[in-house]
Amino acid sequence: MNDKPRSTEEFLKGLWNENPVFVAVLGMCPALAVTNSAINALAMGLATTFVLVFSSLLVSLFRNIIPKQVRITAFIIIIATFVTVVDFLLAAITPVIHKELGAFIALIVVNCLILGRQEAFASKNKVGLALADGLGMSLGFTFALLCIGVIREVLGNGSLFNISLFGDNFEPWVIMILPPGGFFALGFLLLFFNWFIQRRKKQNETKTQEI
Amino acid sequence: MENENLIWIFISALLVNNFTLSYFLGLCPFLGVSARLETAFRLGLANIFVMIITAICSYALNTWVLPYAPYLRLISFIIVIASAVQFVEMAVKKLSPELFRALGIFLPLITTNCAILGLALFATNKGYGFVEGLVYALGAGGGVTLALVLLAGIREETRILNIPKLIEGTALNLIIAGILSMAFMGFAGLFSAG
Repeated sequence: MNDKPRSTEEFLKGLWNENPVFVAVLGMCPALAVTNSAINALAMGLATTFVLVFSSLLVSLFRNIIPKQVRITAFIIIIATFVTVVDFLLAAITPVIHKELGAFIALIVVNCLILGRQEAFASKNKVGLALADGLGMSLGFTFALLCIGVIREVLGNGSLFNISLFGDNFEPWVIMILPPGGFFALGFLLLFFNWFIQRRKKQNETKTQEI
Repeated sequence: MENENLIWIFISALLVNNFTLSYFLGLCPFLGVSARLETAFRLGLANIFVMIITAICSYALNTWVLPYAPYLRLISFIIVIASAVQFVEMAVKKLSPELFRALGIFLPLITTNCAILGLALFATNKGYGFVEGLVYALGAGGGVTLALVLLAGIREETRILNIPKLIEGTALNLIIAGILSMAFMGFAGLFSAG
């Protein structure tokens, strides 16, 4: 009955240990397509957060009503509804960013991260847990997008959130805000994560040996 | 003039605005199913196939349904495309088992792939008609196939190399994809030259 610690646990795992982009490599398309500046990355992350949290809530609420055979279709319809909502919301609040993200807002529907969480978690767990999981996963996703976005904007444009960082003498690496830069940035971030995980594994091994 | 326009649409989708390498669409299968050249090629063919069905469906929806209910765009695209592909899959299974075996398992997999939905959305945004939409689908599918085959070919070669344990897997694939994408950027000048 100790629901609280478990929900914190579900929340935290998405942020780091099971980070959707760096560890599970899900939701790659938006992670690369819209991260040419930090602000776009943030907007995309928040839009995905909105969709994931609300679809997790709804799927978890209806988990006993949705027949097993048509569950995927039902999930997709729920997700598509929220994506439509977020599409109109963004268009109303920040038309500039909405225009820059363009079709990629609509493409949140087919982000495998969202459908994956519904299938693997929300459809099997209570509302509270499903919310914690959705929030954790989507914040982890936002964090990953922001990492990529910051790297690409700082190197490719010499600025962060449109504020110039290095003055006029900096020659921007234009390639980083172009498509290849997305592949490179994520490739090297994954490399860093692999290194980090391996190092921690080694440390744990030596620790257990000492004991 | 008309034909010239169609050729531009085709080349643009195939090379200049390659779906995988410059729009980042359909990356999951791009990284997941590109370990072997043969499977990659078949996935590419399945992609072309589904894209053509998509182009027909989205044209039909855009002409007859969506003017009355624009907010249903996303939902109807997904549902109509998914069910159309299911029907065609059954028909293909019946009519040509050979073709079905070649495309087989990939069809349901790529139906909700972002490249497919992306195609429908981009074609709508650009206001393409029926023939233009078909040509666009053909170019986009060809582009995806090209990218898949290139990456799979390179990955097959890397297997005989001595690669550090750290970079193996997705990190290496992404960096290869980055270099490929850089190569495709060379096509960007095609339009201004024309």
